[in-house]
Amino acid sequence: MALTNENITQRLTEKFGEDLSEVEEPYGLLTFSAPKLLNLKVLQFLYDDPELRFQFLTDLTAVHYPDRKGAELAVVYLLHNMRDNIRIRFKVYTDIREPDVFSATALFASANWMERETFDFFGVRFVGHPNLKRILNVDEMDYFPLRKEYPLEDQTRVDKDDDMFGRGTDKWFQP
Amino acid sequence: MMTCSAGERTNGFNLNHEKRRQAMEDQVVSTQQHMPLSQDSLEKETTTLNLGPTHPATHGVFQNVLEMDGERVVSAEPTVGYIHRAFEKIAERRPFYQVTPLTDRLNYCSSPINNMGWHLTVEKLLGIETPKRVDYMRIIIMELARISDHLICNSVVGVDSGAYSGFLYVMQYRELIYEIYEEICGSRLTTNIGRVGGFERNFNDTVYQKLDRFLREYPDVLKEFENLFNRNRIFIDRTVGVGRITPERALNYGFTRPNLRATGVDYDVRVATPYSSYQDLEFSVPVGSTGDSYDRFLVRNEEMWQSLSMIRQALALMKKEPSDIYHAQVPKYYLPEKADVYTKMEALIWHFKIVMGETDIPPGEVYHSVEGANGELGFYLISDGGRAAYRLHFRRPCFIYYQAYPELIKNALLSDAVVCMSSLNLIAGEMDA
Repeated sequence: MALTNENITQRLTEKFGEDLSEVEEPYGLLTFSAPKLLNLKVLQFLYDDPELRFQFLTDLTAVHYPDRKGAELAVVYLLHNMRDNIRIRFKVYTDIREPDVFSATALFASANWMERETFDFFGVRFVGHPNLKRILNVDEMDYFPLRKEYPLEDQTRVDKDDDMFGRGTDKWFQP
Repeated sequence: MMTCSAGERTNGFNLNHEKRRQAMEDQVVSTQQHMPLSQDSLEKETTTLNLGPTHPATHGVFQNVLEMDGERVVSAEPTVGYIHRAFEKIAERRPFYQVTPLTDRLNYCSSPINNMGWHLTVEKLLGIETPKRVDYMRIIIMELARISDHLICNSVVGVDSGAYSGFLYVMQYRELIYEIYEEICGSRLTTNIGRVGGFERNFNDTVYQKLDRFLREYPDVLKEFENLFNRNRIFIDRTVGVGRITPERALNYGFTRPNLRATGVDYDVRVATPYSSYQDLEFSVPVGSTGDSYDRFLVRNEEMWQSLSMIRQALALMKKEPSDIYHAQVPKYYLPEKADVYTKMEALIWHFKIVMGETDIPPGEVYHSVEGANGELGFYLISDGGRAAYRLHFRRPCFIYYQAYPELIKNALLSDAVVCMSSLNLIAGEMDA
């Protein structure tokens, strides 16, 4: 029997119950989130379960939502079950002041650099990572450039604003 | 170090025995000062060697700090990021149609695949259905790009193992492919082909002529290229067993496409989740068995044959469709042709609306992946309804599989490490985004 989004949701709900939240299917891709302390448990369950078998980590990244107080950073895992050819997206949210998330490097070797990249750009500290240091930016950098408080352009410029991009000027940046 | 005054140097050969012994002793002591090693470790002494960032064998800007025991690699530490250009950040300020040039610069050996991947991602977000003819046109472009990428990679494996002629021989056909791009979009390397919804112009007659010439001449060239390498004793000795990886490790490391298929896993995005009407074509997915550099080479060669057959099929299917369709009818999102903008009011209005950001972009979260030339190229796009992406993340295949390199070359010879690196098809532009 082919694995469907309903089966996966059912299996996960049986196992994690109340901890599962934000279950939705944007563009057919099952997306859900769980508390950040459970991230390894969820990943391990998805990996080991004989029905689910999500054993391929396609992508790992983060997103910064400055408006969500206490859960500003979302770490996003994109997992793939190649046998049944189905993907799922799994998110954990973390407070930007304590951005500690358990590292998935023990489960997926590919997570190593992806977590380093996520640390480099968002400052998510992956607890248990063997070599958590910057990968694409210079080591001396003291900020995390993909966070929304660092706008792309020079803030002293007055001839351009963000209105053209559908967002108000200086929404996240008050100098 | 031994020092001697000018007077002594003229009589260098007349140094008495005592002086020479003293000088040799000085030398030994000072060497030990520079390299503090225990007395009995001279045999196990390792050397640090920088392979890159500008080394002819890296074919791009990245560095490997190798710890060498003689000719053998004890450990390796890759350093990347030399040409990081912050594409993900830049994309947060650019409207969708301006992101295409950024994707060109990821895997610049096959830019059209990246361009198409981006257009398909945006179309998925906006819910645009493209006509069949557009899909087939895209397939032709993407498969041409795949051929040009693979022939570069495979011929460079040849160069790094000492066979230059294959590289020079196939290069003229990459030139022909670039001429075809040039006819379609006006540029060669960083192509910026197509638009959201289709193409900026139809294929002209020269495109068909050049495609015909390519399809006629290239099979012979590829056959000859294979004759040169596939059963070549030197080439086999240099590549078989080099950089071998098991399917389990390859999957754990996030390998995709030829590198994964060489291990025997038949995963192909074009089959698993068909996009751009790949389901209409007949093709097979070549797999290897050992996962070494030789298998990766063979898989890429076979891929080229499959791509040739796909181009032929797509051309035949294209002929059955109305010949004047080259974009979807979505004026809201498709940038109209420039000549129309100057002469037709409708086109001018839509052009203005798109450029000034007055078209509605639905908020949403979408992941779309295409079969890139060296792996699964994914686009993770989050739109908040604004004109630019709220967040855009590229799943860059070679960034992910390059982490396996230290494991692949452990205990290998330095020359094998070089062959292994080129057979992985690493593109620095893609790695560093």
